Amino acid sequence: MNSILIIGANSAIARATARLYAQQKDSLYLLARDTEQLALQKADLIIRGANSVEFAPFDANDFANHEALVATALETLGHFDIVLVSHGSLPDQALCESNFDAALEAFNVNALSVISLLNFVIKPMQERRKGCIAVVTSVAGDRGRQSNYIYGAAKAMVSTYLQGLRGRLFPYNVNVMDIKPGFVDSPMTAHLSKGPLWAQPEKIAQHIVSGIEKKRATVYAPSFWRLIMFVVRSVPEVIFKRMKL
Amino acid sequence: MKMHSWGRYPTCDSTLETPSSQGNCARNLREQRATNSGKLIARGMGRSYGDSALSATVLATKNMDQFIAFDERSGLLSCAAGLTLDAILQVFMPRGWFLAVVPGTRYVSVGGAIASDVHGKNHHVEGTFCEHVSALKLMLASGQILNCSRTEHAALFHATCAGMGLTGIVLEATLRLRRIHSSTIEQRTIRTKNLQEAFEKFEENLHCTYSVAWLDCLAKGSSVGRSLLFLGEHATDEIFSAPRKRVLKVPFSSPAFLLNRYSMGLFNSAYFHRPIAANQVQRIEAFQYFFPLDNIHHWNRLYGRKGFLQYQCVIPDEGALQGIRKILDMVSTAGKGSFLSVLKKFGPANANLLSFPMQGYTLAMDFKFEIDTLPLLDELDRVVADHGGRLYLAKDARMAASFFQTSYPRWEEMRELRRESGADSLFHSLQSQRLGL
Repeated sequence: MNSILIIGANSAIARATARLYAQQKDSLYLLARDTEQLALQKADLIIRGANSVEFAPFDANDFANHEALVATALETLGHFDIVLVSHGSLPDQALCESNFDAALEAFNVNALSVISLLNFVIKPMQERRKGCIAVVTSVAGDRGRQSNYIYGAAKAMVSTYLQGLRGRLFPYNVNVMDIKPGFVDSPMTAHLSKGPLWAQPEKIAQHIVSGIEKKRATVYAPSFWRLIMFVVRSVPEVIFKRMKL
Repeated sequence: MKMHSWGRYPTCDSTLETPSSQGNCARNLREQRATNSGKLIARGMGRSYGDSALSATVLATKNMDQFIAFDERSGLLSCAAGLTLDAILQVFMPRGWFLAVVPGTRYVSVGGAIASDVHGKNHHVEGTFCEHVSALKLMLASGQILNCSRTEHAALFHATCAGMGLTGIVLEATLRLRRIHSSTIEQRTIRTKNLQEAFEKFEENLHCTYSVAWLDCLAKGSSVGRSLLFLGEHATDEIFSAPRKRVLKVPFSSPAFLLNRYSMGLFNSAYFHRPIAANQVQRIEAFQYFFPLDNIHHWNRLYGRKGFLQYQCVIPDEGALQGIRKILDMVSTAGKGSFLSVLKKFGPANANLLSFPMQGYTLAMDFKFEIDTLPLLDELDRVVADHGGRLYLAKDARMAASFFQTSYPRWEEMRELRRESGADSLFHSLQSQRLGL
């Protein structure tokens, strides 16, 4: 039975993952903005088999409150076996280009708040010498594309941070896992039209759970994105900069 | 975006809304009402076959899919309407609970099962799905939420059960689960040489909890209606094994010509003659017994890009044998037919305005969409009408309004209630418009 902290618990991917852990009878602590939704999730997860579920409201932009939030979660759960960070928002690229405040907001939500939160998670896990920190980033972070580079840059920042953190925590037997989903059919992307590359959040959740179990470093979800992104990264810049991606 | 339901016919250009909370849902309805031509219909898993979940705006409930409460003593489960029967069974079967009624696929939402008032292999004993729904929460066109049950807003309750989503959005429901003592089913298979014998065997086995017959719709002459009758009871061994995951997947539409009268004839013949231990009890997994087709993910793609039509009729007892024999004759003469033709004995009808089942026999067949399929189905309609029967709205994509209106005698009550509750200002499907609802 694991004790699991989920940050951004109302995201489609987090919700689907929490359900899998509930089935395994784990204890969950959920952080997200909308507490009404969290209350619904709590009832749902208990029926699905969760040992216990607690939650608290969380605003990614309220950096001053991060430490207290994590401390309360730790107190409630006793320890962290798994910390899953999956909050984020898809910024409007065009708006971010003309308005730096929008870009800053995107960096705060998608990158800096993650790093701020992890700061307070690291110490207890390091002391316990086991567990996993799993963060949902994106394939968008693998290479900057003109249509989506603010989001991509924010996610890349987190991925790079996680690479460093992975090495730092390796001696302490704490795995740091970077989850890079491709296109996910979720409320965040409800306004986009869907093609064959789109995956359901339930699929991503399965990759997360199995990745954590196998102590993987980077998980592309679904896994064919590893190949796609290898190709995307391999395109020479002289060509790439001319592509309308 | 282009949308279609399970039969992949017809298609419709729709705007898709996927609210993840009741608040969002109300907002979607408000926005739709603001546009004058707002026509909207709720959609669960899109497993109805025809055009009943298609409209200018489609509101999918898949993101409203939580369990809400479960009472261990009474077996009453409350959940959001977007939850699938699969999710319920995955969680509750290992704990010794089963749904009172399950249709032929577990990939339907609770809301969809209510809207279609689905039936299962135990209809002659337990009635329809909605007969085990004790209450539901309905969002009206105005965004107002009403609790409906047999005692509270009863008229709206009986209009919403089997109401094809035409009274509003079903948000939540409370259903009664039944206790089981095993995850397996004890199945007995009876081979019958023609339709007459199949009917006799159904009548002989009315005491069995589950009964359904697979029927060789391509057999001719004296063999018309030869079938395999599957009888089932829940086993009682107190063993609950985890359900198996689905095994096959049809990744894309296969060329439709692969399904023709020869390949289907071959399949049907082989299936009928497969070795069975007659009258011997076989133990099979419940999922295998109830949902054999769920093992083939996207089996609807086998019928090709143009899709297929499913034809399911019910004919009252008196004329059932004659009527169904006539239908099978016509289908066989036309050289049409399907892999799976299913025959089932129904119990009495219920109080829901547009509920399909009635005391009699129901026959379901798939027809690949071809140019001459529609005229054939029109001819079948005449036979069904002559024998006092009707078609299942959840599978219909083409019946004429006149046939619907004569065969569903309470349709005007439905229309009246839609007017009174304001539902007709917003909730329309392609089907409801076609049928004059």
